[in-house]
Order: sequence, then C-alpha cells, then structure tokens
Amino acid sequence: MTNHANTVETEQCAGHVLVRLGGEVDLSWSQDVRRAVLAALQGGLPVGVDLAAVDYIDSSGIAALVEGLQGARSRGVAFALIAVSAQVRAVLELARLDRVFTLAATTDEAFAGP
Amino acid sequence: MPSHPRDGPALQPPGLGPEPPVASAQALIDVHQLQAWYGRRRVLHGIDFRVAAGEIRVIMGGSGSGKSTLLRHLIGLQRPASGTVKLFGTDLGTASERELLAVRKRIGVSFQGGALLTSLSVGENVALPLREHTRLDESTIRIMSRLKLEVVNLGGFQDLMPGQLSGGMVKRAALARAIVMDPRLLFFDEPSAGLDPVVAAELDELILRLRDALRMTIVVVTHELESAFKIADTITVLDQGEILMTGAVEAVRAAPNTRIQDLLNRRPREVQVDAETYLRRLTEEEG
Ligand SMILES: Nc1ncnc2c1ncn2[C@@H]1O[C@H](COP(=O)(O)OP(=O)(O)OP(=O)(O)O)[C@@H](O)[C@H]1O
Ligand SMILES: [Mg+2]
Repeated sequence: MTNHANTVETEQCAGHVLVRLGGEVDLSWSQDVRRAVLAALQGGLPVGVDLAAVDYIDSSGIAALVEGLQGARSRGVAFALIAVSAQVRAVLELARLDRVFTLAATTDEAFAGP
Repeated sequence: MPSHPRDGPALQPPGLGPEPPVASAQALIDVHQLQAWYGRRRVLHGIDFRVAAGEIRVIMGGSGSGKSTLLRHLIGLQRPASGTVKLFGTDLGTASERELLAVRKRIGVSFQGGALLTSLSVGENVALPLREHTRLDESTIRIMSRLKLEVVNLGGFQDLMPGQLSGGMVKRAALARAIVMDPRLLFFDEPSAGLDPVVAAELDELILRLRDALRMTIVVVTHELESAFKIADTITVLDQGEILMTGAVEAVRAAPNTRIQDLLNRRPREVQVDAETYLRRLTEEEG
C-alpha cells in the first residue's frame, strides 16, 4: 500500500475549485478538511474534491464531504468527488452515500460543460 | 502485511490526549494464560488468545463456557486474576488510567443487553462518545451520528426516545453508538440474539462491511452457527473455561473433537455424573 502524506491543498482552476486530499483522513485532522471544503465553496464556483491520494477515510472525513455537498446544494453549485479509491467507495457505500454524491473519474468528466 | 495505517504516528484527534505507543501492530489482542475466578470458582483456566489486525474472530461455546467473562477481560471491565491481556500492545493489567482511557477510545463495545440512556434521544445516545472524547464541530457530530443510524437502518429515528423503540431497534441503536467513533476494535456479545432473521442477516453483512470499509478488527460472541460461518475468519471454541480449538471455519467444521461437534450439531450434552455425587448434590446443606 502506498502511503501518502496527510495533505489538503486548494487550487483555483478555470471555472471551478479543486480541493486535493491526501493521506489518511481521520478524526485527527478531518476538521481541517472540513474547513478547506467549506472555504472552497465561498467563491460560488463548482467544487471538486480529488481523493486520488487518499489511502483511508473515516466517518469524520465523510461527514466533511457531506457538509460540503450540502453547502454546494444550498448555493446551487456543482460538487463532485473525483478519483475515488476502492476504500473511499466502500465507506460511501456503507452509508449508501455513493448514490448521493456525484462521483467522477476526472475533473474534466465532473465539470464538462454542455 | 503492512502495519495498520492507523497505527502510524498520526496527529492526535482533537481533544484526545497522547496515546500510548503501539507495541504490536500485528496482534491487536494478545491474551496470555488468562485466569478468571468468581469467588472460589475458576471460570477461565489459562486462556491464550490472539487476534490479528483486520480479522473477524468469532467466539463460540455453550452457555456458561466463559465467553462473556473473556470479553469483559478483553475490554478491561474485569482485571485478570492472573495472566495478561494486551490491546494495541498495552497491558490492561498494569496500564495507568490514562493509558486505559486511550485504549477505551479506540474500542467499541456492543454488549448482551446493551442499554441506551433513557433520558436522551436516540441521536444523543449515539453522539455521546463523540461528545465525550472529541471536540468536533456540532455539524460533524450530527452528521457522523446520523450516518451511523443510517448504517444500522435506523435513518430518521434520531429524535425518538429509547422507550419508543422496539427491542431490536434499541439493539441496533446501541450498535450505532458502539461504532460512531470508527473504533479500531469492535466487540460484540450476541449481536443477533432476539433479532428477526432478516435483521440478523443484515447485521452479518454490516459486520463484514465494517471490517472491509473501515478496517475494523471485530470480535463476535455468537450462538448462531450460520452467522458464525458467514462472518468468521477464525473461530475460537470455548468449553468450560478452556479453549478447545482456534481455527478457520472449515477446520472447525471438520474438527473430530466430540464437544465441538456436539456444539455444531446442536446435540444435547450427555451429563456424566455418578450416583453418589448426584445424591450428594441434591441433599448437601448450603454454604
Ligand atoms: N458475576 C458473576 N458472579 C459469579 N459467577 C459468574 C458471574 N458471571 C458469570 N459467572 C459464572 O461464570 C461462568 C461463565 O459465565 P459467562 O457469562 O462468561 O458465560 P457465557 O459463555 O457468556 O454464557 P452465555 O452463552 O449463557 O452468555 C458461568 O459458570 C457463570 O455462572
Ligand atoms: Mg454470555
């Protein structure tokens, strides 16, 4: 298993904001993830959360994503989870959240304009 | 196997004190020569018991064989009369209060007749460990506890009081509370007793998914053979305070030991007692 460092980075892209997470998102720092996701929504642009480098996510990390999705909904902007690993998908499925989130393989797939 | 990811030198959860170092990542539970006594009666006769990270271990055995007693020692509710019990490498017999607390934060327990606090709503009951052990945001606590109610199929029931739930629902709510912190180690005493067959089957499914998705290590005491065979990686068979066997499901099923086969085939026990002893038992004065 590759182990990534615990990181959260926000990048302003053309037409959307990308939050890149890495490492093991658990109780010890999921509040940082929550703040970053909520901050990313402030600009009113669609938000993608890239989970490609996430080795593990617990329920507190999932809660941060749920709150992000709810925030995006109330602002009327798109919110997508990108490059979800098998473990992240399993945790989403555990609570049937795989049907609630938009899951995309790439940012392009998530925010491709009509 | 690589060490469990959450065994690494992670940052501390908000509100959690420093945790003791994890000495053994492989055996999350390591019990050596454990003896337990109730008064002058010995009910565990020197048990050796190890459970590896990521394993689902089922403990089986007849009524009174010592399963609950073993479980109570594993979670530190009872201290060993002799022998050692180590969780995450911490010896529960010699650990300080601070070390014990750190261990308790990483385990979830759903017990025979596990109760909810009747003065709190279902949602508040489930959120309780998060309020006690973390300083998470209110919104995070709310979402996490409701997620766990969803997981046990009690979505939307957070505002009811425990008295308004059926017996099976109370059991599931207690389970939601046991897993609300995503414990590394989860203990279950008779999880499906008293549940209808569909809910019991859902519970088996849930146990497997908790291990696979959240990487929990899970110890389950059960009398339900079908459930045991479905969820167990390894089965430990207890009999009169001794371990008859620990092995993979197939090995236990194929074991020649007659006590194990009696248990698996639901054969009534042959009570062996000579006439002399029997008569004495019936007539002896108490004390
Ligand atoms: N608090 C107690 N005081 C005295 N003896 C006890 C106590 N608890 C258990 N025992 C005795 O210890 C033995 C093991 O009991 P234990 O509850 O561990 O069995 P068990 O395997 O969990 O049984 P069951 O399947 O019925 O739950 C039994 O003989 C029981 O009578
Ligand atoms: Mg018992």
